[in-house]
This record gives sequence, C-alpha cells and structure tokens, in this order.
Amino acid sequence: MGTHLLVDFGSTYTKLTAVDLERETLIGTSKAMTTVKTDVLEGFEHALSKLKAAHPEMPEVTAVSACSSAAGGLKMAAIGLVEELTVEAAKRACLGAGALVNQVYSHHLSRKEIKALKSADIDIILLAGGTDGGNKECILHNAKKLCEANIGVPIIVAGNKDAADEIEEIFETSTQEYYIVDNVMPKLKQLNVKEAKEVIRQIFITKIIEAKGIKKAERITGSIIMPTPEAVLLAAELLAKGHEDVEGFGELMVIDVGGATTDVHTIGRGFPKRSEVVLKGLQEPFAKRTVEGDLGMRYSANALLSLVSPFEFKRYYEYENANIEESAKKRHDNVEYLPDTEEEKAFDEALARICCDYSVSRHVGHVEVVYTPLGNMYYQTGKDLTDLRYVIGTGGVLINNAHAKEILKEVNQKSDKKLELRPTDPTVLIDRDYILAAMGLLGQKHPKLALKLMKEHLV
Amino acid sequence: MKTVVIGVIGADVHAVGNKIIEHVLTEHGFNVVNIGVLSNQEDFINAAIETDAEAILVSSLYGHGEIDCKYMRENCEEAGLGKIKLYVGGNIVVGKQDFKEVEARFKKMGFDRVYPPGTDIEDAVKHLREDLGE
Repeated sequence: MGTHLLVDFGSTYTKLTAVDLERETLIGTSKAMTTVKTDVLEGFEHALSKLKAAHPEMPEVTAVSACSSAAGGLKMAAIGLVEELTVEAAKRACLGAGALVNQVYSHHLSRKEIKALKSADIDIILLAGGTDGGNKECILHNAKKLCEANIGVPIIVAGNKDAADEIEEIFETSTQEYYIVDNVMPKLKQLNVKEAKEVIRQIFITKIIEAKGIKKAERITGSIIMPTPEAVLLAAELLAKGHEDVEGFGELMVIDVGGATTDVHTIGRGFPKRSEVVLKGLQEPFAKRTVEGDLGMRYSANALLSLVSPFEFKRYYEYENANIEESAKKRHDNVEYLPDTEEEKAFDEALARICCDYSVSRHVGHVEVVYTPLGNMYYQTGKDLTDLRYVIGTGGVLINNAHAKEILKEVNQKSDKKLELRPTDPTVLIDRDYILAAMGLLGQKHPKLALKLMKEHLV
Repeated sequence: MKTVVIGVIGADVHAVGNKIIEHVLTEHGFNVVNIGVLSNQEDFINAAIETDAEAILVSSLYGHGEIDCKYMRENCEEAGLGKIKLYVGGNIVVGKQDFKEVEARFKKMGFDRVYPPGTDIEDAVKHLREDLGE
C-alpha cells in the first residue's frame, strides 16, 4: 500500500503531508520554501528530505497528489449582465473553483473596462449574461469586444445558450482560446456552476500550471489536480457530508485568515428556518466560498484599517495610546514580520479577530424586516447559518496562535449585528496540523480515510 | 415564445392570484418568469433584463400599489427597458375609487394596461397578444 504523499505548492511554502495507506494514519507533515523562480522541484525535494529525516519509518511513496496556489494562485475576471444575478453567478463559479476574482464587470463592457481587463493580472475570463432564452444582445456585445481586444487569456462562455452559436462564430475566426459551457444562471435566480467549475479546473491543470512555472513538478507529482482553495472546499464538503456509512459533521464553516485575504467556506443549504421568512436573490451554492481581498494580516493590513475606525479597533485591542496606523504599516511593508512583544502579538490577534468578524458578516445571509398588513415578514438574502455546528480555523495565522479558539468566537452572533444570520454557538476546531487542503486531495481517491484523518486531527 | 415577468409588488404577500396568473399565462404559451410575492421594482427590472422579457405584469392586492409603482416606468427607462410593456392589476389603490380615474393615474405613470379588481386573466392574455404582436 505504501505512502500517499499530498503536496501543496503554496505561494510561500511547499507543504507535504504523508499518509500511511495501510495503517490509515497521518505519518507527518513538512514544508520548505517554494522555488518557482528556479525549479519548483527543489523546494519539493527539500521538503521531502525533511519529511524522510523526521520519519525514517515512512513506507515507500506509492502515490502523489498535488494542488497549487503558487505564483499568486488562480486569478479570474467575472463578467455578467445584472450585478445581483449573472455577475454574481459568474463570481460564485470562479470562487467555487478556487480562484481569486479581482475583476468584476456588469452590462456592456466599455473601452475603458476592456483596457483595464487587458492590463489586469488575470488567468481566465468567465463571461456570462442572460438566462437561457433571455438577453443575448449584451453577451454578444461583450464577446465581440473581448475578441477584438485580443485579450490573451482563455475565455469561458457560460451565458445564455441562445447566444452560443453566434459567440462561436465570433471566436472561431480569431486565435482567441474559448470554451462554451452551460449557463451559470439558466433560469432566473437558479445557480448552475458545475460545468463552468470543471472547465476552470481543466484550464488550470493544462495551462495555468505551466504559465506559473509549476509544470515541471508533474514529472514527480503527476498532474496538479486543482487550485489549493478548491481542495480546502472539497475537504470541507467531505467532512460535512460524510461518506457512505461514515457520518459527517453536518453544516460547517472553514475560515482561513491569510496575509492577503480571508477565505470563508460554508457547507450547508442555509434555507430560512421560519415560515415568515422569504428567500430573496440568487440561489446559494451548497458549498460556498467567499474571499475578502481587503481582510488580511499583512498585505491587506492597511486596507483593513480603512474599514475599521480607530474607535472600533479598540474593541479588539486593549492597549491605550498605541499607534495603530504605524503597526499596520509595519505589517504591510514587511510581510514577513513576526510579532516580538506582547503588544504586537495582541495587535496581530486584533487583526485576526477583525478578519473573522468582517469576513463572516459578508459571507452569511442577512434578514430585513418588511412590515405588511398581515404582520412582520422577513426577507432573507444569503444563507441562514444560525444552526451551523462546527467552525474550523485553518491557515498559518490561526493554527499557530494559542488563542485561535477565542479569535474564532468572533464568527458568533453579535448583539450589534442582529440582522446577520451568523452561527449561534458552534464548536470551534483548529486544523493544527494544517492538513485540510491535503485531505481534499486525498479525498479524491480515499474519501473514507480522508474523513477519518480529519476527524482525528481537527482539534 | 414571448417572455413576461410577473410578481406581487411591495410588502404584499398575496400568493394565490400570482400562482393562477402564472398557470394561465403558461397555458397560453408564454414563458413566464414569476418572481413571486414581496418583490420590489428592482426585482422586476433585473428579472426583465436577464430574461429579455417584453412585458412586466405587476400585481398588488393590499392597497399600496400606487406608492409601490411610482416611478416604475422611469426606472425601467433608466435600466434600458424603455420599450417594455407595463401592466398592473388587483386592488391597486386605497379604498373604493372611481376606476376611470385610477386607470388614468396609472396610465400617466407609464403603465400600458391597468386592470380593476375581478378582471379575468384571459383579458390580459388578449392584450398581451395585441401589444406584443403575436
């Protein structure tokens, strides 16, 4: 049976997780600096030799699976028609596939927007717009403009199927790489991101990996099968649902506070829990991921301060007379910074608390009261997560922090955020061994084992 | 197939008539996009844009229709739906008022067809065919 090696080529570290397939145990983990600039395998070999040195008893490696978020991960642009509908559906497809969505456009693309798109650092464009049988004029306009602009990155077309043939005609005559897939919103408010997500993954495996200098790794690791955030989302889904006769944890949330972003994943339907609540807006994905680009501990420390007033900041940070801006700037300018004093450690914790609090505010559903002649009714937009049972913290910041569980309590319901459908009092677990992404990979082949290991190692 | 958006506007939860309208229009071969009760103008307009609808049928049963429908035509024009047909029906005003006056007021607001309580939906089907050219 041997060892199944799980590899995560991260932007900073290449992380290895070794699983003994026969004994069904986690052998150990190791990490080394990612070496994209020279040969990505150097970092991998370095991490592997560390792992072998620490665990000489490790059986021979018989299988390897890898994911990657190196060289900035997967960056996408989402284009749709109406902001709350096809634009949102396109965004959700990208996020669910593990991408960072840093360009978002609605309605007809203008010259200025095309220019911005062209100069933006993106890997793939997802073009949506119109329900099936609905508006096709807008997506045709946008396809034409993108084609004329010679945008240089693959375009996935996931809009009104009635426009598919004409779009094909537009792209056929050019060198533009394009893929036509199912509409991300075939009917009003209905979300259908499966095929779009699959094609994003395919392009990632075949093209993006190469462009980012990680292709070489495939000699040893076999194909890199997905972006790391997707692996985390798959692990969360497996843990929530269980597999065959092994029960899962039920509705749960995974929160990853990083240097640049905070990712929130929730698994659950999130339907209204009471009859006087009416669900509004686009259908929510069962496995939902949101990424907050302005909430992070280092790169985004300055952006974070622009969200929180000094008065609010003091709710998370008790030191009087502290120079908050100075401390934030220090982290932004030196992303490798490690706090050395109690005060600086408390500052980091305050940042982490704000990241958790604000990212959850944006992820969870909200209610709004409507006063009707028949009494109060409520609109619910997004997921109702009040009954969520588990919150799991992952990522370097949380797993190395002694107060991680306290920090994660920020996701709970708050008296000043009554209209947000936040978890009530979930059990908090920490991914201390940093194995979630690895378990997402392992789960592709050995779901039961991945499930067992997660249950053992999330504490 | 002609697409029409239907729904109940404002803080109004009358769901039964809404379902009947959906049923009848579907039977008559329309592609019906039903956004349901408790819908605001923005919901109607967004749905019409994405689905390329040619008409919006607004229902209102609780008397506040006049307030809820204010500036709907202007908002449609603003959203690029200048040509869309707007129909409204139900108990659309407060109390018992002369329907002729009510109709005139709603037409002035930019609605193409205005229906009093107790209208047969088949009438609206006939008007849709006339207005949408089928």
